[in-house]
Amino acid sequence: MKLLTKLTIAAAFSAMLLPGLPAAAQAAAGQITLASDIKVEKIVTAPDGSERTELVTPTAIIPGDRLIIGISYVNNGTDVVDKSVVSNPLPAAVRLAPDADPALDVSVDGGKTWGKLAALTLANPDGTERGATHADVTHVRWVLLSIAPGVAGRLTFPAIIR
Amino acid sequence: MICGAAAISGLAFSTQALAEGVTAGTLIENTAVASYDDGGGTRTINSNTVTVQVDELLDVTLTSQDPGPITTRPGDAVLTFELTNQGNGPEAFRLTANPAVAGNDFDVVVRSIAIDSNGNGVYDEGVDQILTGPETTAVLAPDTVLTVFVLVTVPVDAVNTQTSNVDLTAEAVTGSGAPGTVFAGEGVDGGDAIVGTTGAIATARGALTVGVVNVALIKSVALRDPFGGTSAVPGTIATFTIRAEVTGTGTINDLVITDLVPDGTTYALGTLALDGAALSDPEDGDAGSASDAAGIAVDLGDVTAEAIRSVTFEVVID
Repeated sequence: MKLLTKLTIAAAFSAMLLPGLPAAAQAAAGQITLASDIKVEKIVTAPDGSERTELVTPTAIIPGDRLIIGISYVNNGTDVVDKSVVSNPLPAAVRLAPDADPALDVSVDGGKTWGKLAALTLANPDGTERGATHADVTHVRWVLLSIAPGVAGRLTFPAIIR
Repeated sequence: MICGAAAISGLAFSTQALAEGVTAGTLIENTAVASYDDGGGTRTINSNTVTVQVDELLDVTLTSQDPGPITTRPGDAVLTFELTNQGNGPEAFRLTANPAVAGNDFDVVVRSIAIDSNGNGVYDEGVDQILTGPETTAVLAPDTVLTVFVLVTVPVDAVNTQTSNVDLTAEAVTGSGAPGTVFAGEGVDGGDAIVGTTGAIATARGALTVGVVNVALIKSVALRDPFGGTSAVPGTIATFTIRAEVTGTGTINDLVITDLVPDGTTYALGTLALDGAALSDPEDGDAGSASDAAGIAVDLGDVTAEAIRSVTFEVVID
């Protein structure tokens, strides 16, 4: 059963390899794995009256609700992975929330160019330029300089349902 | 945006960018991508795809489309409302008209609730669909705007300037309540239905004012004989004045004043006048016409109370 699972994962990853890679490269598949999740924040009141925010799986969600999109990563390999880039295209039904980290690396052109939102512009139909807004963001990404073997981490960004 | 379009092409989307957000049942599917160099070249891996479904938002607004109180006589009248499905899913709405509003001088009888089937904004008898009880709209797509008519009868004992209000309520068939109320599994595609900020219920008020218009015609004559007196002798000029007094509230339509030239007299050509302004004798572009045979006719058109119009003409005694 375990072997079968591993084989399935390997097969799944091999399908995602960039075309034209030598067979030797494919042998090292599976160093980094990603898991994506969508949560909502829920304020839980403890018996003593204190409040804390929990991330829970959404049950009922409607336009305007705030979601937390999360990506968990782990280095399953035996080598340090340098300069990995984790990117997340925003689902079309959401926009980046206004309280997203302003230092987040974003794209407003489908992932072609990247930068901080405040520095990005878009062309108006009349040829003039305007500053990009949270609703314009198509992708977010993180550059992870070094992930040691066995190290796991989590990346999140807030999104509002359009 | 080209890449973005490609990235979302696989999503289950029907509509987006609506005033009230994405359509109920829309799937939000998220996949992250990592690329890194494992020493043998650049590798790109995808995460799992996590999917959540947008639930149905129940919201409705209703407004009166009448610019103010409808001026009406005792009898039939029509109040016009506009209903909008402000939710993000297909929803039907139950309509209830309440004619017994506190403060009414009288209560109308609600005959029917009708839908503006031909979409012209005006109730057309025999064309626009009359709803049968319990009065419920068809299932309306998100953002659909529907004109609704409430057909009422004003009682015969209602008198001039009395007023009455009618409240129309529209309520989502799935349910209404405090914002955030969840109707589990009752939304689109088995999702939940959730009450939005409107409470999924809306009430609008239509108003009526009784306007009874009366027209009183007062005819008088002044004589001027050839000798400077006022006796009726051959050659005496008789000036007739017909005063039309429109009183009450409202407008009287197509008011035409006619009179005959009395036997034994002859119409004095070119003497017909309305409010002191001359009207030509032939039937032409102006409001009046006059001749011995046909008498005089002056078309006043629509006259709104309160108003006084005065028609004058002269005849000569034969």
